[in-house]
Amino acid sequence: MSTPATRERESTEVDAGDAKPRSPHQDRRLQEKATRAEQSQRESEERAAEHENTVEIKVFRYDPEVEEKQEPRFDTFHVPFEKGMTVLDAVMYARDHYDSSLTFRHSCRQAICGSDAFFINGRQRLGCQTQIAELDTPVRIEPLPHQEVVKDLVVDMDSFYEQMEAVEPYFQTNELPEDELAEQRQTRENREKIKMGTRCIWCASCMSSCNIAAGDDQYLGPAPISMAYRFAMDEREGEDMKEHRLRIIEQEHGVWRCQTQFSCTNVCPKDIPLTEHIQELKREAVKKNLKFW
Amino acid sequence: MHEHDVLVVGAGGAGLRAAIAAHEEGADVAIVTKLHPVRSHTGAAEGGINAALREGDSWEDHAYDTMKGSDYLGDAPAIETLCKDSPEETIQLENWGMPFSREDDGRVSQRPFGGLSFPRTTYAGAETGHHLLHTLYQQVVKRGIAVYDEWYVTRLAVSEDPDPEKRECHGIVAFDVQTGEVAGFRARNGVVLATGGPGQVFDHTTNAVSCTGDGPAMAYRAGVPMEDMEFIQFHPTTLPSTGVLISEGVRGEGGILYNEKGERFMFEHGYASNSGELASRDVVARAELTEVNEGRGVDDEYVHLDMRHLGEERIIDRLENILHLAGDFEGVDGLVEPMPVKPGQHYAMGGIETDENGETLVSGLYAVGECACVSVHGSNRLGGNALPELIVFGARAGRHAAGTDLGEAIIRTGRTEDTEIGEVDTPVAPGAIHAGDTDDDAVADGGEPRADGASVVPEPDEVVERALTAENRRIDHLMEKDEGIQQAELREKLQKTMTRNVNVFRTEEGLKQALRDIREVREQYQDVYVDDPSRTFNTDLQQTIEMRNLIDTAEAITLGALARDEFRGAHWRQEYQERRDEKWLKHTLLSWNDGTPELWFKPVILEGEDKTYEPKIRSY
Ligand SMILES: Cc1cc2nc3c(=O)[nH]c(=O)nc-3n(C[C@H](O)[C@H](O)[C@H](O)COP(=O)(O)OP(=O)(O)OC[C@H]3O[C@@H](n4cnc5c(N)ncnc54)[C@H](O)[C@@H]3O)c2cc1C
Ligand code: SF4
Ligand code: FES
Repeated sequence: MSTPATRERESTEVDAGDAKPRSPHQDRRLQEKATRAEQSQRESEERAAEHENTVEIKVFRYDPEVEEKQEPRFDTFHVPFEKGMTVLDAVMYARDHYDSSLTFRHSCRQAICGSDAFFINGRQRLGCQTQIAELDTPVRIEPLPHQEVVKDLVVDMDSFYEQMEAVEPYFQTNELPEDELAEQRQTRENREKIKMGTRCIWCASCMSSCNIAAGDDQYLGPAPISMAYRFAMDEREGEDMKEHRLRIIEQEHGVWRCQTQFSCTNVCPKDIPLTEHIQELKREAVKKNLKFW
Repeated sequence: MHEHDVLVVGAGGAGLRAAIAAHEEGADVAIVTKLHPVRSHTGAAEGGINAALREGDSWEDHAYDTMKGSDYLGDAPAIETLCKDSPEETIQLENWGMPFSREDDGRVSQRPFGGLSFPRTTYAGAETGHHLLHTLYQQVVKRGIAVYDEWYVTRLAVSEDPDPEKRECHGIVAFDVQTGEVAGFRARNGVVLATGGPGQVFDHTTNAVSCTGDGPAMAYRAGVPMEDMEFIQFHPTTLPSTGVLISEGVRGEGGILYNEKGERFMFEHGYASNSGELASRDVVARAELTEVNEGRGVDDEYVHLDMRHLGEERIIDRLENILHLAGDFEGVDGLVEPMPVKPGQHYAMGGIETDENGETLVSGLYAVGECACVSVHGSNRLGGNALPELIVFGARAGRHAAGTDLGEAIIRTGRTEDTEIGEVDTPVAPGAIHAGDTDDDAVADGGEPRADGASVVPEPDEVVERALTAENRRIDHLMEKDEGIQQAELREKLQKTMTRNVNVFRTEEGLKQALRDIREVREQYQDVYVDDPSRTFNTDLQQTIEMRNLIDTAEAITLGALARDEFRGAHWRQEYQERRDEKWLKHTLLSWNDGTPELWFKPVILEGEDKTYEPKIRSY
């Protein structure tokens, strides 16, 4: 079996917390920072009074390294509203105009990179895919629940990536055509069958919404199982490999943990029928007489 | 210090393919990337990959189409390599499990695309890039290749020598975004830059926020020229508030463009009386902006793209994705209203100068993908030609960096007997400003020359150590500075002037104005500081360093555009409305020597393996 890719993150002297004593200089900076934060809060409120059309957002703040942010809190920002504005636009505005330390992941702005999944008004959504106009205000923006918070809206994704990699998320077959210019054949029907499973953007919304995953950190979870489905059902891999894959998802913390609560399916920004995939894998396993937990 | 044989910077299609290739040659490879690989911008590509796979098609036809599409500014050896290697590389993806769309017989499907004489675009729904990126990442996971994700590379470790061609790249310096730790990375064999496009130079772009031109700017400061930077492709249909791309497929299916008065302007105002909405990208983009400039734009900003008449059934069948994009990103329901669209920056044809093995003039330094200019796109890229570039040249650079002999390259990098020194009348000396941090303006990024002169060649480790020290100094400086200006303000200013003055329409005065503004931003950058005091996930720090790269990239684009007094491909100049082959069948190059940008030219190579491509007029 091959080894999963390693994500190297070695320990460092500037670790979170008090590992490295702060310099007097940094202390002074922190104080100034606090004063500035208050000031920008005031300015933002003043702006709100001036602008008719602003939207109020409440953003979760936490930084293990900064004294005033060690105790989690919410900051309120008033952002000028424009038609078509998304939640991501609003937090970017707040960062660029009020507080440059406001931290979140984002990149594509078009629901394909999967990096800005937040907990918005009590639900997992992509910031860039969510129109402000469709939300109740003030809009509450929090990091994904059930994941460790690194800072502000940024959560630690390592355990999610590990679960993804645990299902061997890569194509494996022993039967490639001999001619290097010849492709394998795949029927249109088979491609349709795996299509939704191939759309996953690794945003972890489903994992964060799943009660079972929250209580059992070894549970493979919806996205990884759906990833396994995408490969197990791909006719190009062959029957032996399918059985190997079914065995992975059959293990104690695999498909049988799922209690069909549909929360994953409800939040998935790519409309992947996760629960259905999990159910179908359960049926396949029964057919193949695999171990039943 | 971390140490590997080959270091790949960036994990989009180009970086991942390079890493896999180097690994297959037996090298110990690591990928260092500021985003987790699956977050890379390659995931956003929609249309497809060009490859001559079928009977009736040939790599020669693909090469001919590409040369013509480039408006004769592509180098034939690079184009022929692209077209010859693309079929095998595309099938390789299929063999790695990529879910391509299929024909009835189970083979991968191909479709027609603009500028191609054969339907040779292989695709996976309207999400080709997503599937390509994920398939490659899966192969990286399978091979256990090390990935340092969310590590931001800030500097190349290049040895010191007055002559850039004698410099060597021994590694990189990067910081761990999550912890703030700054570290040196030593590359025993080579460093491959695959950092993607520079779209953030403009304020309206289809490119991701992470596309900040880091690779070209770092290479440039280490002595490697940037090539053909003036050629920027603008896509005519992007959503006004975000720049999200509305695929050409909408016009292909019969979508219509209207101005504010409800006129079908492509016909009624005579921009393209034959092909109308289906004229080539640059023609449509110019038409739209003319409408807006002449007061017939909607809200003075955009035009309307209407697909309602196609009917709900057809829209949902073929353009479902577009409904989602317009709804999610613009709050517009394409079934009941027309969609607002305007041109947006889309692709950079230019980049780091390389040969067809991906190598730059600094030994041990490679570049591939959108950050590089091996010169396959010339002055205009055909849709579907960027993805094959990633896999073809990614694989070649990876192999070469791992030590495999690919034969001598025909394209020559650096100065040769054919080099011509360029002169251009600039209003200011754009690059001559020091940027606050002491070492940034050193000849190479490796630190000061040794006191005893060039006779002592420093140990590679020492070169990396010195780069690390210099980088620590720069970061500490940015973090410790108490007040000044913040990057967001500068970024906005730079993006605005670029969009106003270096856009689809370019005038001499506009370009000069942009240079003045860039110079001003560069000066202000000396006073930049990072407000966030925390080392944990400090995006403020990262963006501040990116800002420096945006300045250098913007300057190169503008300077190239000012120098090129002709109209070719995507580069339109008001004063010069014609292609001037007698003067301009050559590439522009910009080198950073001792802190002063130098402009020079080298001829285009029109001689292919067994034929020469004769420039013909490209009619619209
Ligand atoms: C909306 C859209 C649609 C497109 N559609 C098509 C199409 O249909 N067909 C086609 O052929 N082309 C298409 N293109 C063009 C093509 O997708 C891109 O040119 C290509 O994907 C770029 O790939 P890349 O590997 O060079 O860079 P990217 O995919 O952008 O990857 C860059 C990588 O570099 C990393 N990086 C950057 N800077 C640093 C740094 N300082 N330190 C560490 N890491 C860094 C990033 O994390 C990322 O991993 C499209 C482009 C866009 C924007
Ligand atoms: S399955 Fe859906 S919700 Fe889960 S990670 Fe993938 S895209 Fe996100
Ligand atoms: S920013 Fe990429 S998914 Fe939202």
